[in-house]
Amino acid sequence: MHTKTIVELAQGLKNKDFSCVELTQYYLDRIRQSDLNAFITVTDELALAQAQAADDKIALGNASILTGIPYAHKDIFCTKGVKTSAGSKMLDTFVSPYDATVSQKLNQADLVMLGKTNMDEFAMGSSSENSFYGAVKNPWNRLKIPGGSSGGSAASVAGGLSCFATGTDTGGSIRQPASLCSITGLKPTYGRISRYGMIAYASSLDQAGPMTKTAQDAAIVLNVMAGFDEKDSTSAEQKVPDYTTNLNDSMKGLTIGLPKEFFSSGLDDEVANHIMAAVKEFEAMGAIVKEVSLPNSIYAIPAYYIVAPCECSSNLSRLDGVRYGYRAKEPKNLEDLYLRSRSEGFGEEVKRRIMIGAYALSAGYYDAYYLKAQKVRHLISDDFKKVFEQVDVIMGPVSPTTAFDLDSVKDPVSMYLADIYTLSTNLAGLPGMSIPAGFAQNLPVGLQLIGNYWSESKLLNIAHQFQQATDYHSQTPCKYKTVGTNR
Amino acid sequence: MSLSEKQVSQIAYLARLSLNEVQLKDNTQDLNAIFSLVEQLANIETDGIEPMSHPLHMSQRLREDVVTEKDQSALFQSVAPKTSDGYYLVPTVIE
Repeated sequence: MHTKTIVELAQGLKNKDFSCVELTQYYLDRIRQSDLNAFITVTDELALAQAQAADDKIALGNASILTGIPYAHKDIFCTKGVKTSAGSKMLDTFVSPYDATVSQKLNQADLVMLGKTNMDEFAMGSSSENSFYGAVKNPWNRLKIPGGSSGGSAASVAGGLSCFATGTDTGGSIRQPASLCSITGLKPTYGRISRYGMIAYASSLDQAGPMTKTAQDAAIVLNVMAGFDEKDSTSAEQKVPDYTTNLNDSMKGLTIGLPKEFFSSGLDDEVANHIMAAVKEFEAMGAIVKEVSLPNSIYAIPAYYIVAPCECSSNLSRLDGVRYGYRAKEPKNLEDLYLRSRSEGFGEEVKRRIMIGAYALSAGYYDAYYLKAQKVRHLISDDFKKVFEQVDVIMGPVSPTTAFDLDSVKDPVSMYLADIYTLSTNLAGLPGMSIPAGFAQNLPVGLQLIGNYWSESKLLNIAHQFQQATDYHSQTPCKYKTVGTNR
Repeated sequence: MSLSEKQVSQIAYLARLSLNEVQLKDNTQDLNAIFSLVEQLANIETDGIEPMSHPLHMSQRLREDVVTEKDQSALFQSVAPKTSDGYYLVPTVIE
């Protein structure tokens, strides 16, 4: 049951093969027995109440395809009356007084929220090890990281603890864990999904998206998540199409661009082979492949590690122990209250990024760092613009390697290099996806698809066609035969 | 460029963070490694390039100047560490 997609579960609910309460209880039991540490909060009571309401709706014949589907919500989305921690000690006691727009939309769709997923603190990380609640494990191999920052969400879907999950992606936080856990992850165009109530890391880069078992499921979930929201001043007034409409379009004549910078020396050979094999699959379906170049994408890491920390140092300045969140015990005076609440409440990586930002934005350095990085960001974006005049989609790896060992990458710069192929998409604001494309060293490899602005329908179509031709996406850790016993 | 421990300590203070001796040493090393990665930005030719602050080059939308939110201060203050009579309490600032 836990390997079933949204489409399959919706059919089962419709046929009365099982009730939504039974389905929800089944997932809650799996979560309780799991050792993945994928959840920060499990919302048993709420989930069962939502499941009962969904069953009632189904009985009345008012159900939609998402009615009663159990999902896991990244703990970065505010959920009214439910703890919302963003993986931080700072918000360990924070029970949100309001719902994020995304949470509201998912509630309105009669979905069942099983709980809130573990993540790198404030979404800063690529391994889900930077959490106040401990590291998340990869369901394919419990000695490996699941990727990050949406690692709890990815592990939950891959480990059969929820039918799908939500994620957010600032520099690769949906696509990289999706890749390392062999699920389908979509980061839409910046502004496609409301950021209201989604705890901000870097506001000009953050974007929410679905993490699912298939592209078809991602299309169904995106239909609900997407849309203009006047509460988010950066939300786009762009019509939401039905993302399931074009899933079956032919790949004949599709032009694929392979940026040579994405196949550079840091890329693992086996990962590269799987990516090329996936591209061949599209050629067999009638697609045309071209080599292209994104010359400035090599500067994505330095540009990102200025832009994102600057925005985070500004965004996280509101966490000062006064209005909500952690407050240090017995502060001597106001300054001591600020200093100790922030120092005790934030983890090491968050403090590091706040300091990078504070320095880069300080008087005398602003032009050299933030302004310069924003200009380079423009160059990176212009590269994509030129390439999309020649091709329909860009393909490449999501991550240079498969999942690495837990606790193995200690220095921040090495960790930052894990995001080399995903950052440029966020800097440009473009949509990107990761879809399962095979296994190297018995660990999942994801294929990255990058599209032009608002081309989510096209990306989902391409992903769906690949999933019609291959069965990597339907492999699960318990079914996958060649994986060792460590699971 | 290389940041000294004294400078890192000053940066931490700007961000209202305090670092102990070990953290100061580690962060000085990490920040220097990160900024040496970032230094390569200086070599990129960006004359005449506009800084990009919004991926879609959108401008800020304006709305009618009308009240849209009702007063929920009691609800919002329910998550505050310390309040009294509708105020947020902090240690005494003026004796």
